[in-house]
This record gives sequence, C-alpha cells and structure tokens, in this order.
Amino acid sequence: MTIADILKGDRGGKTMLLVLLIVTIAVPVLNQTLPAGHPWHIPTYMVTLLGKYLTYALLAVAVDLVWGYLGILSLGHGAFFALGGYAMGMYLMRQIGDRGVYGNAELPDFMVFLNWTELPWFWYGFDMFWFAMLMVMLVPGLLAFIFGWLAFRSRVTGVYLSIMTQALTYALLLAFFRNEMGFGGNNGLTDFKDILGFSLQADATRIGLFVASAVALAAGYIACRYIVNSKLGRITVAIRDAESRTRFVGYRVEHYKVWIFTFSAVLAGIAGALYVPQVGIINPGEFSPINSIELVIWVAIGGRATLYGAILGAILVNYGKTVFTGLMPDSWLFMLGALFVLVTLYLPQGIAGLFRHFKRKQPTDPADGNPAPVTEGGAA
Amino acid sequence: MSVLENVRTTMRRDQTWSIVTPKQKLELNVTTGPILYLEDVNVSFDGFKAINNLNLAIDAGELRCIIGPNGAGKTTMMDIITGKTQPDSGRAYFGSDIDLLRLSEPEIATAGIGRKFQKPTVFETHTVAENLELAMHGNKQVWYSLTAKLSGEQQDLIDETLHTIGLVEHYGKTSGALSHGQKQWLEIGMLLVQKPHLLLVDEPVAGMTHQEMDRTAELLTSLAGKHSVVVVEHDMDFVRSIARRVTVLHQGSVLAEGSMDDVQNNPKVVEVYLGE
Ligand SMILES: Nc1ncnc2c1ncn2[C@@H]1O[C@H](COP(=O)(O)OP(=O)(O)OP(=O)(O)O)[C@@H](O)[C@H]1O
Ligand SMILES: [Mg+2]
Repeated sequence: MTIADILKGDRGGKTMLLVLLIVTIAVPVLNQTLPAGHPWHIPTYMVTLLGKYLTYALLAVAVDLVWGYLGILSLGHGAFFALGGYAMGMYLMRQIGDRGVYGNAELPDFMVFLNWTELPWFWYGFDMFWFAMLMVMLVPGLLAFIFGWLAFRSRVTGVYLSIMTQALTYALLLAFFRNEMGFGGNNGLTDFKDILGFSLQADATRIGLFVASAVALAAGYIACRYIVNSKLGRITVAIRDAESRTRFVGYRVEHYKVWIFTFSAVLAGIAGALYVPQVGIINPGEFSPINSIELVIWVAIGGRATLYGAILGAILVNYGKTVFTGLMPDSWLFMLGALFVLVTLYLPQGIAGLFRHFKRKQPTDPADGNPAPVTEGGAA
Repeated sequence: MSVLENVRTTMRRDQTWSIVTPKQKLELNVTTGPILYLEDVNVSFDGFKAINNLNLAIDAGELRCIIGPNGAGKTTMMDIITGKTQPDSGRAYFGSDIDLLRLSEPEIATAGIGRKFQKPTVFETHTVAENLELAMHGNKQVWYSLTAKLSGEQQDLIDETLHTIGLVEHYGKTSGALSHGQKQWLEIGMLLVQKPHLLLVDEPVAGMTHQEMDRTAELLTSLAGKHSVVVVEHDMDFVRSIARRVTVLHQGSVLAEGSMDDVQNNPKVVEVYLGE
C-alpha cells in the first residue's frame, strides 16, 4: 500500500498535498535566500504564522474525521488540542532549566512563585523529549478513550453528546485555571527558550517547526484518508448514516466510535504540541468552549466529509481572522457567525462542495470513490 | 437520589454483576428443540401492552408466516428477538443455549439472526456492492476492518447475490438512488450475505410488482430448509403462495396457528379481520 494507492481518486487531496509540498519548500527558501527588503521575501514571523495555520489545519482534519465521517459533532476537540499543547509546554518549561527569573533548575518559575518546594509527580519525565511526545499522544488519547467509552456505551448521541463534549472542555478550562493544579494557573506556561537544545528564537528552529507542522499535516491527512478508504471507513460512514442498522448487521458501534474518536483526539494532541512552540505560550484559554465551536465552523465552511475541505476551511478562516482582527478587532466573531450562517444556507457542502459541483459538470469518473456526503441530519 | 438507586441496583445481592458472569458462547444448538423459542413475553409502552404473554416456537428449517392486523405487535416481536427492545418479562432463546435477552444487537446478529426491516433500511450513501460488503458475514472487529480486503470467495458471494437480487447492473450505484422495490431486494441481499441461521423478514413485498413478488416467494421458499425463515406480511396472496404454517398475532399474543386454510376458517381470526 503506497501513498499513491491511498490517494487514488482523491483529486482534492492530491492537489492539497501538492500545494502543501510547494509551500513547504518555497517558504523556507524565500525566507532564507532573499534579503529582508525584497518583495518576495517572507519574514520569519510569517513563517511561524503559516506554521500555526498548519497546526490548525491538522486539528480541523481530526474534527472532520469524527464529524464528517462518523457523524459525531464533537464540540470539545479544542480540549485535546490544548492537552497536547500542555504536554509540549511542560517539556519546554523543563528545557528552561536554571535560566528562569528565579534561576531554579529544579522548579519552573511559577512553582517557585507559589512557594512550592518540589516538583509534583506528574511533571516527572517531562525533561525527556520522547516522554513528552508520548504524553502528547497518550493524554488526549486516553481522555478521549475513557470519555468515549462511557458516552458511546450508554448510547449518548446527537445534541446531548455535543453538550457533553462542551462540558468536558469547560471543566478542563476551570481546572487549569487553578494554581493548585500545577500547570501555571491562568498564566499558563510560557517564556520558553529551547526545543531539543535549539533556540526557539532562531530562524532555523522556526523553519524546522514550520516544516514539522507541514509533515504532520500531510501524514495526518494520509492516515485519515487511509482509514476513510478502508472497510473501517465504510463502516464509519454506515454508522453516521444508519447507526442502528449497522448494529443489526453485527458491528459493535461503540467500539468503532471509541477508536475513531480516540485516534482523532491523538491527532488533535499532536497539532496542539506543534502549535505551542510556535506561538510561545499555552494557557487555559485554549480550553475555552468557544474555541472548539470555532473549529467546527472551519470544517463546515471548508466542507464536511472531504478532509481536504477541513484544511482549506481552517487556513482560510484563520487567515481571515488574522486580517480582520487587525482591521476591526471586535467584529471577528460576528463575521465568523455570519459566514457560518451563509455557508450553511447557500453552500451546505462548504467550499469543497463548490469544487465538486463544478467537477460534476464534466463526465464523471466511476473510479472516483468519493460519494457525496450527507450534510443534513447526520450530526444530530 | 437516582445515584443511590443506581448503586442499589448495581449492588443487589440476588444477582451477580454482568461483568463477572461468564460471557455466553454464541454457538447455536438446535439438537433438542426449536431454533427460536419465546415464552410468556410481555412488553408495554407507557402502559400500552404491545406484546401480551406471547409464546412462539419456530423449528429449525421452518418457513413461518406471521400475519395480523396493524399494531398487532409483529414488528415489536422482531425487535425483541433482535435485541432492539428489552421485554418487561419473559424468555427468549435462540436454540437451546443462547439467551437472547442477555445479548446486544451485534451479538445477536453474530450469533446468526438476520433481519430485514419493515421500512427498507440500506446504507444510502454506499453503493449496492458496498452494502453487501458491509453486511457480509465474517470478522467484524475494528482493527480487522482497517486492513480487511474482500477475499475471492467473498467477491464471488457478492456477485452471486447481485444475480439473485437482480441488481447486477446497479452494483456501483449509490443505494439511496434505488427504487423502493430495489431497496427491498438489496436488503434481502444483505440478509443473504450475512448467512444467518434464522431470517426475520418484515413485509418483504411491500412496493414490489407481481413478478418481483413471485421471485421473492421463490427465494424465501428456497431458503427454508437450510435456514429458518420468519416472514411477516400483509399481502394474503403472497402469504398463501409461500405459507406452510401461519401464526396469527392479535393484540400482542397468538390468536391462532396452523395451515393457511385452518387459520382462515378459524372464527376468531375471521372476526378480527372482518371487525376491522
Ligand atoms: N417504541 C414504541 N413506543 C411506543 N409504542 C410503540 C413503540 N413501538 C411500537 N409501539 C406500539 O406497539 C404496537 C405494536 O406495534 P408493531 O409495530 O409491533 O405492530 P405491527 O404488528 O408491526 O403493525 P404493522 O402491521 O402496522 O407493521 C402499536 O400500537 C405501536 O403503536
Ligand atoms: Mg410492523
């Protein structure tokens, strides 16, 4: 099974990955080889901004897998993203060593400030990169597994499930705000210095993180496409469209749901881990329920159940956000809301649906195994 | 309060927890008795008794027709057998060993009970062939299905089934685009590839033409013998064309049972049907 096999018939995905490849090569080259005044020069802050968008795109792909293909409207994926981010943040805190304000090599600054004398047990091991990376995947994955196991086994679906996911992220928001939790309270984790010994301020490190984000996005996309194309993917869609019918042909629906949900949470965690070193901070605000709702809107705008639509939506909306919060800081949420309503009304299959609409005008290719998604009702 | 109640039910001394009781073996045993056995089953919905002391036994290899006026409880009976509805009391056995009331829908399906629904339900966004692939008997575990490929044998079964249900030309068509009758056929096909021991078929010929009905009759009679088949149907001509033994349900219990002629001449049955 080669990558070409996996992407067979996935025109949107191939185009998307090709563009991603070009950008991943061009951006560092334009940043490094051209002088600062040159019109084609890409400043380093822009490289990092693009890297941030790519981590959002990976998060959106994770959401599309559970929402678009499994029909679970998760309004809590921001929590998995943030947990991955915190795991990375803890590693970055340990990398500071004795260069903090208090010069304490044993304890991060905020712990010294709180008069703590020793490192809490759950910080053990985070000075090792491999351990932190394991936690980046394990913590969101385990939480999703337990949450999913309880919720799906009790057959909670639709709006109730969405509300529970909101409650999950809200509960974590409140918990992480508390200083006693040991994650820096409302300031979160920040003032990072190095990653793997490389300075986070250095151009090369920033380019490295940007490239790593692009690679993670491509790998995540291909993994999701592989799942979606497999029989597992067809069962997933069957569950989305006719859950109880799927049970009657012998599938244990809750097992399927829990594994897809967990995998998606792991992807979200990885996205969060790549996000944190690029923005330089992780705080409880990342758990805020509105974040999780926003990212569902990215997917809706890009087009559900296409995967590449999620990438498109995440990047376009966040670019729009960057531009418009610069111009009119207070209007962004209203604009996002309006955009969401307009897309739901006039483009129910999102931007990707628009492409497909034009494509359908041409003679259709029976080998293209992408059935049109059912946008209506699948979530509820 | 409800937490306390939950704890109480969980801690009841007269029963063991479901997690410590050994998992049932899902092996069908029909050497000593019927393949399906319902005893004193009761179901009520908000006080309305949909199933009322229902007793029913289906023999291995039998083709049984179940008739009864609307609301008699025919579909509800299938819901109980397939694990969709939990009865208030009673027993339901598949073979002599498998207690259906302790199993979930997928476990019952895996044990060998297949069902065709009254309202045809197929996987609408999947193609006809994919619907058959999904319903195919075999390993249905998550990790297995990630890498599962159709074996030659399975592909042959799909081709053969497509022939049987007359949808060969439509194999690549999205099943949501099929006509009502074609969906009925597809669902019958899904039942066939599932290779169940017992087939529960709820109103198979609704929306079918006369020729299609004849073919369905032929198919169902040919299945009996190797499989056991329970057919619920309103169309009396159809029932007469396949029936050997007929059970009449009325208000959730058995009103009469016997050959088609017996049943039709039964005064109680006549009254129920004419009284409508
Ligand atoms: N989930 C439910 N909640 C409440 N009432 C129900 C439910 N399911 C069935 N009923 C009621 O139970 C009775 C039996 O219904 P059932 O569907 O089994 O009848 P049926 O014999 O299949 O009828 P038909 O020939 O119309 O399909 C009906 O009066 C129905 O309204
Ligand atoms: Mg019915």
